Amino acid sequence: MNGPLSVATIIAALVLAAWYLLRSALNRAPSRFDLLAAVVLSALVAVLVVVAVVGLFDGSRPSDTATFAGYLITTIAFTPVAAYLARLEPTRWGSLILGIACLVIPVLVLRLQQIASVTGA
Amino acid sequence: MPDSSTRPRDAALGTGLGRVLLLVYGIFALSASARALVQISTHFDEAPLAYLLSAFAGLVYLSATVGLAVGGIRGRLIALVSCSIELIGVLAVGLLSIADAVAFPDDTVWSKFGSGYGYVPLVLPFIGLWWIWRHRPRPGDASS
Repeated sequence: MNGPLSVATIIAALVLAAWYLLRSALNRAPSRFDLLAAVVLSALVAVLVVVAVVGLFDGSRPSDTATFAGYLITTIAFTPVAAYLARLEPTRWGSLILGIACLVIPVLVLRLQQIASVTGA
Repeated sequence: MPDSSTRPRDAALGTGLGRVLLLVYGIFALSASARALVQISTHFDEAPLAYLLSAFAGLVYLSATVGLAVGGIRGRLIALVSCSIELIGVLAVGLLSIADAVAFPDDTVWSKFGSGYGYVPLVLPFIGLWWIWRHRPRPGDASS
């Protein structure tokens, strides 16, 4: 959970967040590229979640497995939901939705790391 | 706001900035409810008041989300009531958690004015109420 993949996800999300917030500030609706970037980020997050799930089956489990699983489900579902809402909103607010989503992703990843680091061995 | 001129007056509550609010309220509905569920199911005895407040906050966020999503006169009313309770809640719990820390040994979404959530819980009801106020039924509207 602490590998380079998490770091890459967090950095990608933050860079995209800055981009989307800028787009929103400039009164731009999400473009095709913006939505595509959100899909790519979703894929990156999905890979991260799959790696974490595989990790559950070999070796140390977090002591709070239920919470961990809840966060994993939330994390994998979150970006697609935000991208869907943003697609419904072809205004600057659509860009703001994507920007907020990209700010929440690092929080979710950090929480996952936090929960994963407490193992009940 | 530059886009207010192009936005129809009778546009739904859950579009534009309303859709952003929908997402943010949804996030808080989920996080507050999930937090309460974990707290109540695993260690309820440690801080019953705080955990019940977490659950209550989750319900308030949930109903605000539903109100925004439903829209119309009824949805607006649901959202208005929810956001008002939310504002009172975050101010009251924020003050109490600082003044009487003994009663709040564990945090809720609203503790210390939502400092654990980047003070978003403190700002959110103001934005929500402003948005709902902007969508008040006007005398000329057929729907009012």
